[in-house]
Amino acid sequence: MRRAILRAVALGLGMMAGVATAEEPFIVVQSTTSTQNSGLLDYLLPGFEAESGIDVRVVAVGTGQAIRNAVNGDGDVLLVHSKPAEEKFVADGWGVERLDLMYNDFVLVGPKSDPAGVKGGADILSALSAIEAAEAVFASRADDSGTHKAEMSHWADAGLDPTEASGEWYRETGSGMGATLNIASGMGAYTLTDRATWLSFGNRGDLEILVEGDPRLFNQYGVILVNPERHPKTRATAGQRFIDWLIGPDGQAAIADFRLEGQQVFFPNAQ
Amino acid sequence: MQGFAGEFSHALSLILNGDAELWSIVFLSLKVSVFAVLISALIGMPVGAALAVARFPGRRALIVLMNALMGFPPVVVGLLVYLMLSRSGPLGVLELLYTPTAMIIAQVVLVTPIVAALTRQVVEMLAEEYSEQLRSLGVSRLASVPVLLWDARLALITALLAGFGRAIAEVGAVIIVGGNINHVTRVMTTTIALETSKGNLALALALGAILIGIAVAVNAMVSAASLRAEREGLRHA
Repeated sequence: MRRAILRAVALGLGMMAGVATAEEPFIVVQSTTSTQNSGLLDYLLPGFEAESGIDVRVVAVGTGQAIRNAVNGDGDVLLVHSKPAEEKFVADGWGVERLDLMYNDFVLVGPKSDPAGVKGGADILSALSAIEAAEAVFASRADDSGTHKAEMSHWADAGLDPTEASGEWYRETGSGMGATLNIASGMGAYTLTDRATWLSFGNRGDLEILVEGDPRLFNQYGVILVNPERHPKTRATAGQRFIDWLIGPDGQAAIADFRLEGQQVFFPNAQ
Repeated sequence: MQGFAGEFSHALSLILNGDAELWSIVFLSLKVSVFAVLISALIGMPVGAALAVARFPGRRALIVLMNALMGFPPVVVGLLVYLMLSRSGPLGVLELLYTPTAMIIAQVVLVTPIVAALTRQVVEMLAEEYSEQLRSLGVSRLASVPVLLWDARLALITALLAGFGRAIAEVGAVIIVGGNINHVTRVMTTTIALETSKGNLALALALGAILIGIAVAVNAMVSAASLRAEREGLRHA
């Protein structure tokens, strides 16, 4: 019995060591839920991995959390969608250079009954004003994500502060896009989402796209190499190779080829 | 919840047909949680037993603290382990963040108080029961720990199963320190969280049902093994 326990422990320690040292070249990419939940990264990565032999490990969180994790050095490449926050990340010295990668757009979704009467509009500001006037239930990410930052800037541009009604018609979920869509679907709320997450979302219930096509709803994604001068352990060579691939012809073509329900949802626009 | 039956049979057929992707997720879940429980046992059982027999100032407070730690929120544990293992943290040089080892560490923190607290309770009862015999044999309190642990082994298996239950079902800590990275740190609970966030509620529920099935199977195997051990023990005695 005792020998059996010892053997189990030895085996356990050995396997743990194996876990820690099983080295193949890899990089950690801090990214957003929209690129993962939509399936884009699952579609892109095998091409790069086959060509480079570099394993790409994606941690998908909100833009705010992804940036904070990258500031802590817990990632080699940052792939997010909030240009002002990305530029600040680089200006503060945490990133080497911010590069445009691709764009898609946000859409306002809500219940078919449309209590605020915003359906068919192409102006996000007047739609938000109508929702506020009707005190129709709106689910906000409220998690410092790229989508949340975009939503807050639209409220501000409309001259409104919805957080005054927090807990009433304005519901701050503090959750990811998918969780917030589940909540909106459950309570028949309006919410702002990126189109890719919406198209890949499986629990729409009574929700549908109500407002789209406003140039303000443009959603730019950027890619940044974490600064190895700040975090010497950054896998800068492999990370740079991934970025070069993404913004190069192969990566850009792969992004353009990706389809959800037959639609192109990400549009490559690297310079 | 239309489509649940379909999703469930789909998930079940993936399991039964040996779908490599799903099985690797199941296997990683088991591996992480089993290691976490083994390490927790190595730490928690001696600590719990020592607390049961030793007498020192502050012992009561320590027991209360240990019992309270059984309810430690996994997200807080995840955050603490993240801060330790982050490249900016004190243990950043080990490069353990976003590895299964990081998940094992987080689960050890969660499970050890359960094992220790339950061990303490079981051993304390036994120690009282045997106190006269042990004293007449001239065995000191601390020296009696191995004997008491061995005698309590069947009850301690329940403690380990309780710890295993907490570990295998936990999502808040492992998603922070593991990162839910496909093929590296994705386990059953983080897969369920991911599918839920994609709105694939039926698939998430089906995976949940499989997780429960695995927990039942593990418990059944352990209980069968301990029952047999008990019978054999009686036969030898």
